[in-house]
Amino acid sequence: MFGKLTWDAIPFNQPIPLITSLVILLVIAALAIWVWRKGWWPYLWNEYITSTDHKRIGVMYIVLALVMLVRGFSDALMMRAQQSLAIGASQGYLPPEHYNQIFSAHGTIMIFFVAMPFVIGFMNFVVPLQLGVRDVAFPTMNNVSFWLTASGVLLVNLSLVIGEFARTGWLGFPPLSEKAFSPGVGVDYYLVALQVSGVGTILTAVNFVTTILKTRAPGMSYMRMPIFCWTALASNLIMLAAFPVLTATLGLLMLDRYLGFHFFTNDGGGNSMLYMNLIWVWGHPEVYILVLPAFGIYSEVAATFSGKPLFGYRSMVFATLAICIISYCVWLHHFFTMGAGADVNAVFGIASMIIGIPTGVKIYNWLFTMYGGRVRFTVPMYYLIGFMLTFVVGGLTGVLLAIPPVDFVVHNSLFLVAHFHQVIIGGVVFALMAGYTYWFPKAFGFTLDERLGKAVFWCWFIGFHLAFMPLYVLGLWGGTRRMQHIADPTWAPWLNVALVGAVIIGLGIVLTVVQLLYSIQTRDRRRDVTGDPWDGRTLEWLTLSPPPHYNFAVLPDVHGEEAYWTRKQTAIKLDRLIEEPDYQPIEMPLNTPIGVIVAFFASVCGFAIIWYIWWLAILGLIGAFAVLVWYSWQDEHEHIIPVEEVRANARERRRVRMEHLQELSQST
Amino acid sequence: MTSEAATIGLTHGASEDTGLGQRGPQSKSIVVPYGFWLFVLSDMVLFSALFATYATLVHATDGGPVTSQLFDRSLVAVETVSLLLSSFVCGLAMVAAKRANMVWTQVWLVLTGLLGLVFLVIELREFAGLVAIGAGPQRSAFLSSFFTLVGCHGAHVTAGLMWIGTMSAQIWAKGFQPHIVRRLLCLSIFWHALDIIWVAIFTIVYLIGTLP
Repeated sequence: MFGKLTWDAIPFNQPIPLITSLVILLVIAALAIWVWRKGWWPYLWNEYITSTDHKRIGVMYIVLALVMLVRGFSDALMMRAQQSLAIGASQGYLPPEHYNQIFSAHGTIMIFFVAMPFVIGFMNFVVPLQLGVRDVAFPTMNNVSFWLTASGVLLVNLSLVIGEFARTGWLGFPPLSEKAFSPGVGVDYYLVALQVSGVGTILTAVNFVTTILKTRAPGMSYMRMPIFCWTALASNLIMLAAFPVLTATLGLLMLDRYLGFHFFTNDGGGNSMLYMNLIWVWGHPEVYILVLPAFGIYSEVAATFSGKPLFGYRSMVFATLAICIISYCVWLHHFFTMGAGADVNAVFGIASMIIGIPTGVKIYNWLFTMYGGRVRFTVPMYYLIGFMLTFVVGGLTGVLLAIPPVDFVVHNSLFLVAHFHQVIIGGVVFALMAGYTYWFPKAFGFTLDERLGKAVFWCWFIGFHLAFMPLYVLGLWGGTRRMQHIADPTWAPWLNVALVGAVIIGLGIVLTVVQLLYSIQTRDRRRDVTGDPWDGRTLEWLTLSPPPHYNFAVLPDVHGEEAYWTRKQTAIKLDRLIEEPDYQPIEMPLNTPIGVIVAFFASVCGFAIIWYIWWLAILGLIGAFAVLVWYSWQDEHEHIIPVEEVRANARERRRVRMEHLQELSQST
Repeated sequence: MTSEAATIGLTHGASEDTGLGQRGPQSKSIVVPYGFWLFVLSDMVLFSALFATYATLVHATDGGPVTSQLFDRSLVAVETVSLLLSSFVCGLAMVAAKRANMVWTQVWLVLTGLLGLVFLVIELREFAGLVAIGAGPQRSAFLSSFFTLVGCHGAHVTAGLMWIGTMSAQIWAKGFQPHIVRRLLCLSIFWHALDIIWVAIFTIVYLIGTLP
């Protein structure tokens, strides 16, 4: 009846996961009751959960990512603590089977459920605004994508309470992840959660490539698109072509585990190196899925806060697309030790180094954007500068790793761990924090506190270097990754420094929460009334903060690069706004519960597959299909916003803008 | 209105057309099939991973049967003909839908589905026959990859059949509304794409596999 599911699945004898899950359940229950007591459920349901508004969906993605950041970071702290404690005679506090689950969950969560939703959240929020349109190409599907991602999150976290998580690392390499060596449900949790959220990601990619290529404001040709949109396009093209490979690869491993196939097994002619190749054909481009939009954020920040157009816009576009393509030609550098031979390794080593060239172009472009500009040292700018310092070093250690003989020495060592954390924290996380500060006023209508923001930056910057520089040293000494116990006591000082670094990063995360709460409390002092708090250059700053559901009363007409900057400067020069246009009623997509319902069935079906409850899995599939048919039978998917409402909102915006314009002309 | 304001962007609806389709967002009749095409492309990437797996493992027979002992060209020929014919009939259904001819649209759609069903039945019989002689997917890595590649295509055909059934009912109930016709277009894109995949399977798996 319930497959493999019994009471033994709940970890009554393991205090750490048991207490953690109890606390999490209590917090969720308390939050739900608090929201209910406040009477906010209808608001949440109508304005967020069922929303098809790209801005709201973007905010939900980012909230999801921040919550999961706390989860993934807790895993990181536990690992650092274990490695500081379990030295020499001491065994620390985490037994090996638990420690292995923690490092697997840390990697899985940080990549799939922190970095990915964070990046996708920004693309959701920013891209349609920057393109000067009202929503993405497929708003309802956007909602479904989000909830499928949330379903994956739910399944991963469920493994804490019911059963166990994978002990096989964040990519689940066979033959360890095969049934013979991992008979439990841990790997199944991993596989199913990633399959469900992977479908969401592919749909997102379809949505954004279509949006960027087919729906842009009048006059916005390719070479007039803001650079963030270019990087989002490149990132989504990679997603579109890489994520199906992940789906296929994980699907093959599922067939091995569930039906006894022989793709990656040791017997029956299976070939586990095939898995390495397939998973890294997805895995390496994945790095660029994350880092290209990060580069886009830095570009927007650099131009805005230097008060200059981005230096070398065209070379930036070219570099982005070059990275987009070369990212597919380097996957083998993750396993030079496979033994493919000197020639193959040389090709992939050189290809990996070549990626450094367009990346270098970008670094110089940001530097030259700042050069000669009126640089305002705001929080996003701190992150940009911190990023350039950190990322260049991380890139250089990457070039070291791209040399096959060097890689043979440091393969799977802490040197590698330090390298990829340096590029992902220094490259991606810093960008996400910069973007969070930069676009927060656009989303909520008030800015975040600047002093606390700078404190957060210093915590990340100092904490990161303390946490990971020691790992380079230990890696060069021969320290392998994922060690539950350290035999050599001379490593202790380095590991303790790393622990201190992790604690400082933790302080930064706490301060982020403090910053948010403090900024909400003092929001009346920091309102963004003009919609353009940073003196921005792209179209998202044209509309109000927060923007109306339809973003723009009339789609802006784009003349030249930097659509909004040109328009703003002309208005200042002529001392008047654009003529009031002829407003029209606007057709917008209706809210829909379809995303939540489909994700519900996907979660039920996924849970049933993990625990071998086949009747429930079939029921879940039938439910999902029935809901899709029901949805396709509806006739009304749009509603009309009356012209009076559009006109009233637009006039209010014009009045605000007019006042702002007068202030500007008085000050100059 | 000064000319300066007109050139630098303080006017409405006067942006120059540089010939790259940037006269504002495209209509739904462009956007929807375009998005669906992208989805089909990503599906093809998924298949390409399965093809790569098959190519890697085709000789990993673990002492079990090899390709030339298992495949029957004439059976596959019938399969291929029925699937390709169903694509042609699907095209006829699209023509009829364009003319808003309910009867013929339904006839061609049902015929498309029936031909797809013929294909599927032959495939399932082939699978059952292989399992019966001990050449099931658990036998060797080669057979695992064969069943997965061909079976994944078969699963797509099954999904297509469910879609054809739903679509046929929807046209019957709602008539040729624009969004319904767009969906029909997507269905036909999907169905033709399955043909393309099948041609590759036919060549790489069956033709090469039965070379003397």
